[in-house]
Amino acid sequence: MSTTTEAGALAVELSGITKTFPGVIANKDVDLRVRSGTIHAIVGENGAGKATLMKTLYGMHLPDEGTIRVDGREVTFRSPTDAIAVGIGMVNQHFKLADNLTVLENVILGNEPVGARGRLRLDDARRDIRALMESLSVDFDLDAPVASLGVGQRQRVEILKVLYRGARILILDEPTAVLVPQEVEELFATLKRLVSEGRTVIFISHKLDEVLTYCNEITVIRQGMTVAHTTPHDVDRRGLAELMVGSDLPNPAGRTSHVGTTPVLEVHDVAVAGASAGAKLALEAISFTVHDGEVVGIAGVEGNGQFELCEAILGLVPMVSGTVHIAGRDLTLAETRERITSGLSYIPFDRHREGLLLDAPLWENTMLGREDEPELSSGPFISRRHAEAESRRIIERFGVRTPSEQVPAFALSGGNQQKLVVGREMSTAPKILLAAHPTRGVDVGAQAAIWDELRSARDAGLGVLLISADLEELIGLSDRILVMFDGRITAELDPGRATPEILGTHMTGEVQGVAK
Amino acid sequence: MKRQQLQRAAVTAASSVLAVFVALLISAVILLITGKDPVKAFTTLFGAAGDTRVIQGSLNRATPLMISAAAVAIGFKMNLFNIGVEGQMRVALLATAVVGAAVDLPAPLHIALCLVVAMASGAAWSGIAGWLKVKRGVNEVISTIMLNFIALSLVAWAFDDFFRVESPNESVLVKTKELPKSAWFPDLVDRRLNGMLLVAIAVLILFWVIVWKTRFGFRLRASGGNPGAARVTGVHPQRMILISMLLSGALAGLVGMRALLGDVHAYQNNLAEQQGFNGIAVALLGRNHPLGIFFSAILFGFLGEASGKLQLEDIPKEIATIMSGIIVLAVVIINEAVKRWDDRRIQRKAATELEKVAA
Repeated sequence: MSTTTEAGALAVELSGITKTFPGVIANKDVDLRVRSGTIHAIVGENGAGKATLMKTLYGMHLPDEGTIRVDGREVTFRSPTDAIAVGIGMVNQHFKLADNLTVLENVILGNEPVGARGRLRLDDARRDIRALMESLSVDFDLDAPVASLGVGQRQRVEILKVLYRGARILILDEPTAVLVPQEVEELFATLKRLVSEGRTVIFISHKLDEVLTYCNEITVIRQGMTVAHTTPHDVDRRGLAELMVGSDLPNPAGRTSHVGTTPVLEVHDVAVAGASAGAKLALEAISFTVHDGEVVGIAGVEGNGQFELCEAILGLVPMVSGTVHIAGRDLTLAETRERITSGLSYIPFDRHREGLLLDAPLWENTMLGREDEPELSSGPFISRRHAEAESRRIIERFGVRTPSEQVPAFALSGGNQQKLVVGREMSTAPKILLAAHPTRGVDVGAQAAIWDELRSARDAGLGVLLISADLEELIGLSDRILVMFDGRITAELDPGRATPEILGTHMTGEVQGVAK
Repeated sequence: MKRQQLQRAAVTAASSVLAVFVALLISAVILLITGKDPVKAFTTLFGAAGDTRVIQGSLNRATPLMISAAAVAIGFKMNLFNIGVEGQMRVALLATAVVGAAVDLPAPLHIALCLVVAMASGAAWSGIAGWLKVKRGVNEVISTIMLNFIALSLVAWAFDDFFRVESPNESVLVKTKELPKSAWFPDLVDRRLNGMLLVAIAVLILFWVIVWKTRFGFRLRASGGNPGAARVTGVHPQRMILISMLLSGALAGLVGMRALLGDVHAYQNNLAEQQGFNGIAVALLGRNHPLGIFFSAILFGFLGEASGKLQLEDIPKEIATIMSGIIVLAVVIINEAVKRWDDRRIQRKAATELEKVAA
């Protein structure tokens, strides 16, 4: 890893940026140097601190320590308005466009050219936007409603909007997550033109191929710190992957297999319809079996059907075809609650959206989904005494740091909230656990604790379907790894031989097939 | 251990009391501006609290408010804002007046039948809004407002065209056929305080037990608190919406029963008017908790009852209405501010307690 010499002028220079949130250090002493006229990639795993860093640069919060320089001058951003004023623009992963307005209206929204007596000068705007479109060599019907545009086009509108506000430094937050490969190429063609005109692009991603193919320089972030600054010439795919996950990839060798012979989860030929009518299937021909004592890992870039798979197994979305057996019983048509009482447990993707009642005390949270258990209820009533005792047991056993079980869940740090959710889901004597990102956004200590619990439960015969974006976690815990791409299972890998590099090529859909 | 909860309850109660005081303060300013003596106004108003007849009247007025606030609160627990209590009450009033007058049963049975009819018809009307929300995604605020208008007109038309009777010896007021004596809800204090108060209190107790003590109530609160989390545990959000809308409407049906069964004994226009709307304010001040609702309903009932005394002192009695309005506004603002402050307090406290353990 050679450190590039800073020949060109620095468009953005962050030094010593530290940002902490209660209980979590999101960024620690981060340095970032972006030369003007380049596409600069910031890569790192989910939760590595990329988003926090970009929010700092876009003025969405003030860093605790460190300085920001733009074009050599030191600046302080109290709000995004300050950042926009010096020419920084952000294109969000989730588009912020008004569907019912036209392209033109969306581009000028919030920055309308206003003439005398507050009249909109639409013709001026139209002329300026046309000039911008020409320089980018993109073409739009400016009067078409945004609702009629495809995803790739909407993204181009977002970029136009940012440029129209006079941005010279563009931040793109995982812009390719929502695009199909062809659109990805178009996007980069646009970005190339932008930098050739002297603008600067900061590109946040964890897709290594795109980064290596299209970017000029790369900064790698791991666990909130900058670990490397390199270029595509100096590093290959494997090297970059190791930088991302840390070179101390856990050695899976020497593990004893505990895989039993009883299937606890059988998914056969499952298909689930796409989000809108006429869209392609969100899940297609999914078949696999998890045995007792087995951890089956699901690798894949987010949004390739993992969420739909969990929803289908839980019975929360209608299936187009296929069957689901849990603990040997055909529960294809059963309601969610029956599946849960048959031995299914679920650590959801997002603990705030699906895992916790934030305003309710911990003891109510440990009862969520378990209020029908005979130990926690009597007749139609809930048994608060038993629920509190159970809550204290989980707090003790899973090391949840809290003053008591009466504290509302929002008062806990993210890691402790997650431990509570994991504790609850593993305390129902499940036979099969769907664990979606079980350690996302938690500190290293809580991560180790959760891994230990998963391992010992597996040793005791629990089957686990582990969905994770953390390759270290997948390789370290899984007995088999299935790769999901575009709603299908495209490969089955042996974690003993899989490397982040191999996983990466499969996850991006580059290679499809069984690589044992 | 339970101390934290008690503290939270105390903070909640204190914020409502604070809101009432702020409202008094603002009302005093208004009185001063209009050239009236606020001290005299308040001593007259609250001096009435010692009068037994005023207390009885206040409780009588509080009775429907307790029930309508409970109806609103059960919706709030599920994040539903049922503004349609008024309309549901109105539909139930006419339905009960008609059915109750058409049958003759022994007293307890007759009253029970009337209450059941009231609840069923109220639930049927609110069920429309629930069904629209579940099946068509219609916002319940919009649909219940619209259903209020429809109920008002529908009931007025049905009453006028089918059910009104003009008795030659009675006053000019038109009513439906009078209910037989067996359907009259007995008074606790003759002509002053109706026994429906006991029903209202029973409703509040039942509300507390169901929402806070049962598995169903837990699921209801979970769905209201975080629909996503409830959903993945197998609680159908749609089903909970429909159920809580039906429950809310059933209670709304009971709101007018003090006026119908305990007072007028027949349907007439303007019967129990506004009592459905006023429940929203009472539920807000009472923070959707039965105990809070109980006291808020009595406060609002008292303000209504004692305001008459103001006129004797040449102070417009509307000041009591203005005060009720300001109380509601103050509650909304102060509650939100206090909640934010309290949330931060709890978070800080949890953090410091943990540090103490670690040290």
